[in-house]
Amino acid sequence: MNTPDKLLTIAVTGLNAIDSPGPGIAVIRGLREGLNRPVRIIGLSYETLEPGIYIHEVVDKTYQIPYPAAGTTALLNRLQYIHGQENLQLIIPNFDAELPQFIRLAPTLKAMGIASFLPTAAQFAARDKINLFQFGQQHQLLVPRDKIINSVAELQSCEESFGYPLVVKGKFYDAVVTYTLEQAQKAFYKISAKWGLPIIVQEFITGTEINIAVLGDGNGKMISAIPMRKLYITDKGKAWSGITLQDDTLIQLARDFIAATQWKGGCELEIMRTEKNELYIMEINPRFPAWIYLTAAAGQNQPAALARMALGEEQPVYDDYEAGKIFVRYAWDHITDINEFHQISGKGEL
Amino acid sequence: MYLRKNIATSEAGFIFNPATGDSFSANPIAAEILHLLKQGNTVAQIKESLLATYEVEPLRLDRDWDDFFNQLKEANLLES
Repeated sequence: MNTPDKLLTIAVTGLNAIDSPGPGIAVIRGLREGLNRPVRIIGLSYETLEPGIYIHEVVDKTYQIPYPAAGTTALLNRLQYIHGQENLQLIIPNFDAELPQFIRLAPTLKAMGIASFLPTAAQFAARDKINLFQFGQQHQLLVPRDKIINSVAELQSCEESFGYPLVVKGKFYDAVVTYTLEQAQKAFYKISAKWGLPIIVQEFITGTEINIAVLGDGNGKMISAIPMRKLYITDKGKAWSGITLQDDTLIQLARDFIAATQWKGGCELEIMRTEKNELYIMEINPRFPAWIYLTAAAGQNQPAALARMALGEEQPVYDDYEAGKIFVRYAWDHITDINEFHQISGKGEL
Repeated sequence: MYLRKNIATSEAGFIFNPATGDSFSANPIAAEILHLLKQGNTVAQIKESLLATYEVEPLRLDRDWDDFFNQLKEANLLES
């Protein structure tokens, strides 16, 4: 267990604070403010122009790590090197695509003295888009009906089952709302060319979109839940501004989700509230969202709470927060030097 | 006819529904009515106060009152 005055070294990914941002910078902000002890942040980056690499008051030092495609061994080798340099106590990964490898490596990292606080591989797989409907049925949670299809001919049966509009989704990213068979076919070809098969065809649910940042302790207890409604979105559908909401039904849904899944770590529930006040779970993101600092601003610092739990420290359940807290994201041209760019590009660390 | 309990209003006429995140601006008289409602005054008491304070015919007040409350209802700000 760490003593509160001892320097805590935490590695964080997701430093891409761009227009479709990763959560890393917001997570770091929460850690620095909420842990009440000296914190050294080690950034783990994939690309050389992730803005967080160059913002030294946020990230003390950054190391590049291999892409998930390079395999678990390559990642472990790199983490062993970084650990040798920095003596990491905790790693907080923030990308969906990297999570399976970090989950797989968690016991090895623990043996090295590096804590993490991640869902299990089974929890990670269960909330996957492809399994979401089954997941909802299993846990009595409302999820839009869907069909997993592998050929364009199967769109006909989706049309018969759900009617239009239909949402055609890729297995990793992309979703298109379609109103005719021709549009659905076009979306099928476009998305499958980009992301491969299968394609998920989902019934369209109209309503108000709400997102909930949730933190579970891994034993069925919800530590925190903060609902947020987007006030302004980018052309990629990402929140550029949002406001915290106070609604007991949303908190109860998050509590039910955590109790049913025993979820360990942070996640984001994407909810659609219909006119009849039904709450559909549209998607479950298995990590903190990019707007996670709003949880700290509203009174429940989820990144700091996750860090405390990962380190085996006591973390009480949060029961209050401020509704009406707003975040407004902004763009800032950070200036750096060519030498810094050379260092991260050439040496893989800065 | 009551405002939902969790609705926040300000003296400047700002209305915030924390359950939905919706916010609205009310003009000074609407803000005054909301303030009186939140204090627990009845509709009759508020109407009486408005008639005493402003130069307005009772019929006109009733019409504007209904219009205002329809807007509050549409905005999901009233207890159902």
